[in-house]
Amino acid sequence: MGRELFLWLSSPPTGKLEEQIVLIRIEGLTKVFKGETDVRALDNICTQVEKGDIFAVIGMSGAGKSTLLRCIAQLETPDAGSIYIDDADVTKITGTEKLKLRKQVGVIFQGYHLLMQRTVRGNISFPLELDHRSRAEIDRKVDDLLNLVGLSDKANAYPSQLSGGQMQRVAIARALANDPKILLCDEPTSALDSLTTKSILKLLEDINTQLGVTVFIITHEIGVVRAICKRVAVINEGQLVEQGRTEEVFAHPKHLATRLLLGMEDPEKGGDAE
Amino acid sequence: MMEFLAHYWDVLLKGTFETLYMVFVSTAFAYIIGLPLGVIMVTTAQNGIRPNKAVNEFLGTIINIGRSIPFIILMVAIIPFTRLVVGKAIGSTAAIVPLVIAAAPFVARMVESSLDEINPGVIEAAQTMGATDWQIVMKVLLPESVPSLIRGFSITTITLVGYSAMAGAVGGGGLGAIAINYGYYRFQSDMLYVTVVLMILMVQIIQMIFNFVAKRIDKRNR
Repeated sequence: MGRELFLWLSSPPTGKLEEQIVLIRIEGLTKVFKGETDVRALDNICTQVEKGDIFAVIGMSGAGKSTLLRCIAQLETPDAGSIYIDDADVTKITGTEKLKLRKQVGVIFQGYHLLMQRTVRGNISFPLELDHRSRAEIDRKVDDLLNLVGLSDKANAYPSQLSGGQMQRVAIARALANDPKILLCDEPTSALDSLTTKSILKLLEDINTQLGVTVFIITHEIGVVRAICKRVAVINEGQLVEQGRTEEVFAHPKHLATRLLLGMEDPEKGGDAE
Repeated sequence: MMEFLAHYWDVLLKGTFETLYMVFVSTAFAYIIGLPLGVIMVTTAQNGIRPNKAVNEFLGTIINIGRSIPFIILMVAIIPFTRLVVGKAIGSTAAIVPLVIAAAPFVARMVESSLDEINPGVIEAAQTMGATDWQIVMKVLLPESVPSLIRGFSITTITLVGYSAMAGAVGGGGLGAIAINYGYYRFQSDMLYVTVVLMILMVQIIQMIFNFVAKRIDKRNR
């Protein structure tokens, strides 16, 4: 009793507490792709993502950012290090626990990866069918999600009849069907025009604020980070070179890679940022 | 002409039915064996959802052996086995045994190439949603490749029309037997032409039906 009282007194106001819960903690993550010459795609990455955040990882192509996302999504097994989601080490769990954890992490991709032989409704139902939910529950849930992403009128269309932006909306709805804590986005807008990009980013922001889903975005587009991301980490040649609040990092970029991404240096000159 | 047809009508009708019987029954059995084989080949491949080099190479070798034996040789070589299965070595039913053995590895490769067409990203997406390997096979790999599987099915069926005619040459019955017995041994070339035309018609109709179905069922091009 005394201990609980102490904890209650020593904890900050609840609103603030919410922001400080760490949802994803990455420690010393390393991934090497073996080949003729070994590629260190990820080199001792350490970072953490707070609950309710919109977190961006930015870097040039080949910097290793997609590998990072794939490790968190359990599509890739790292060679060293750990990824904790709510204190469960993603890199260690297997079997049904792994499947369970996967359902708490939604993923969307640059290429959407929808099921082409299923309707929009069928695509969003898919993760719920995997869980053997009842038809009535699935229909209700899918209606809600269609509404959320603004595609209620396209429920019976097939992906081939949709635009890129619409397909990404379907993918977002599908990724949210399991009520995940985290939405991982792998270059979500890189195949879309600027107007569609804006609307997709707005949707991701709404999902973050309304549903409280933590959003983790991998991108090479500085505009995406500027638009919605509260925090940013910069990856260069497999190493996390800089991270912090977006406005701070972008106002005072320390590393050459960040300055190059921001267009503050001329890559031709290989400018001297140090 | 009418006289000819009136005279041989029964023979030709029986031959047509025997051919259809051989083709469809052996296609069905070839898929019962070949479809799971093809699925296992894809799932155990290096980039599959359950990579297993030993299983993959073992099955791959068996499939290759099956596919490299000329059908006419296979048919004669397995006569003892055919006797064991259906109790006889002559007739349409007996011909089904070698037809299935010849077609199953063919089907396995067709299924394998159909499933290989699926975007690996779609499989990964299903994995991120917590799909089990079995669910990926049943809910992603197979349903997503249905149009391609149907095209493969038509190719298999038509290949078996040709094989069944070969089977006819060594006592298998059907249109192939009529063509050989009347057209070749008895020099009745009119009979030969009629059977060939019947087989051409059969192939055309099968192809048309499957093309239509594959097109109707494919949701990618609307």
